[in-house]
Amino acid sequence: MPFGTHVLTIDPELETAHIVTVLRQTIQQDFRRKGAIVGLSGGIDSAVVLGLAVKTFGPERVLAVMMPEKASSPVSEQYAKQLADKYGVTAITEDLTAGLAGLNCYERQDEAVRSVFPDYDPSLDAIKLVLPTDLLERGSLNVYSLSLSRPGGAERRRVLPVAAYLQIVAASNMKQRSRMLMVYYHAEQRNYAVIGTANRNEHAQGFFVKYGDGGADIQPIQHLYKTQVYQLAHYLGVTQEIIDRTPTTDTYSAEQTQEEFYYRLPFDLMDLIWYGLDHEVPAAEVAVALQLSTQQVENVYRDLAQKSRSTAYLRAKPLMVR
Amino acid sequence: MEIKERIREFIVSNCLFGDTSFDLRDDTALLDSGIIDSTGVIELVLFLSEAFGLDVPPEDMLPANFNSLGQLTSYVQQRIPVASAL
Repeated sequence: MPFGTHVLTIDPELETAHIVTVLRQTIQQDFRRKGAIVGLSGGIDSAVVLGLAVKTFGPERVLAVMMPEKASSPVSEQYAKQLADKYGVTAITEDLTAGLAGLNCYERQDEAVRSVFPDYDPSLDAIKLVLPTDLLERGSLNVYSLSLSRPGGAERRRVLPVAAYLQIVAASNMKQRSRMLMVYYHAEQRNYAVIGTANRNEHAQGFFVKYGDGGADIQPIQHLYKTQVYQLAHYLGVTQEIIDRTPTTDTYSAEQTQEEFYYRLPFDLMDLIWYGLDHEVPAAEVAVALQLSTQQVENVYRDLAQKSRSTAYLRAKPLMVR
Repeated sequence: MEIKERIREFIVSNCLFGDTSFDLRDDTALLDSGIIDSTGVIELVLFLSEAFGLDVPPEDMLPANFNSLGQLTSYVQQRIPVASAL
């Protein structure tokens, strides 16, 4: 099939039937679990996974768990509840703020932020981690800057030193790992399985937390590009608010898109270029189809390959010495 | 010590875990081979600051400047014309 914008089009009905078959076989026959737990974030991926779980087991054998913490947008929980109601699924909220505070998650993060911005005040300032936005044009490297915004003041950005970067990430990863802990509590209490929500982008490029959101019994959409997840969302009747919402990290106190935090391109463009890389389509051919220069496509090829290579550790299972 | 040797020493000790048997050539692809990852880039930036007094702005953090020992050396030499005297 020649490369073009059509290459990521799927038949959502057929794809749903396939996933439902695998979910049923794996969870009921292989794992002998009676239902499914889905951590529901208010974003597109967990919404689609909830829809697939409902198709597989029926709403009465699915539990949605919403796990906000103090940096979460209130809109996330609102959208999640609306979707659970639409699907007829029981949804519970487990606020993780107190637990994370008990683990000193916020203090650890704040300490690292202050090493970069000594005047940082978490009661006033909003922070986020950002990458350069010139991937297409210049192919710049993935070096994070810390952005700090105070109401009424200008945004300030500084390149993160290694120690501060690692500490901020390690602290914020406590959020995803606490969510994993909580969904497994509810799964074990009911003899259910945990259904993961990682898509192909998150898994292959390492945009997940090992033993956090990467911790699940099955990953039903891990083989799908984000744009294909959206195709399933329409088929499964995901609420329009979630479909229309820009994907966010919902992890740091400032509003932040996933494009800004990690991917550096809009999903529709990135997915097509990534498909080209996956299928060894020459950069020049992709460039013609997408009205880009060959150099721009090569910049993205390089970035995708680098992200995949440098995050192999996250995808590795514990190794046994023989 | 020459600029190139100081950078080589840093890469060997910091990115190659001290493996001096590694055949690190001027054109060995540091980024494309995974010898330097994104964390390594930040460490390298700090090293360039400490070793040569260079403030590397984000717009200079490009594969064209960082992907090989030769490119790194050229970058430092361009930024500090008298660096060879260091």
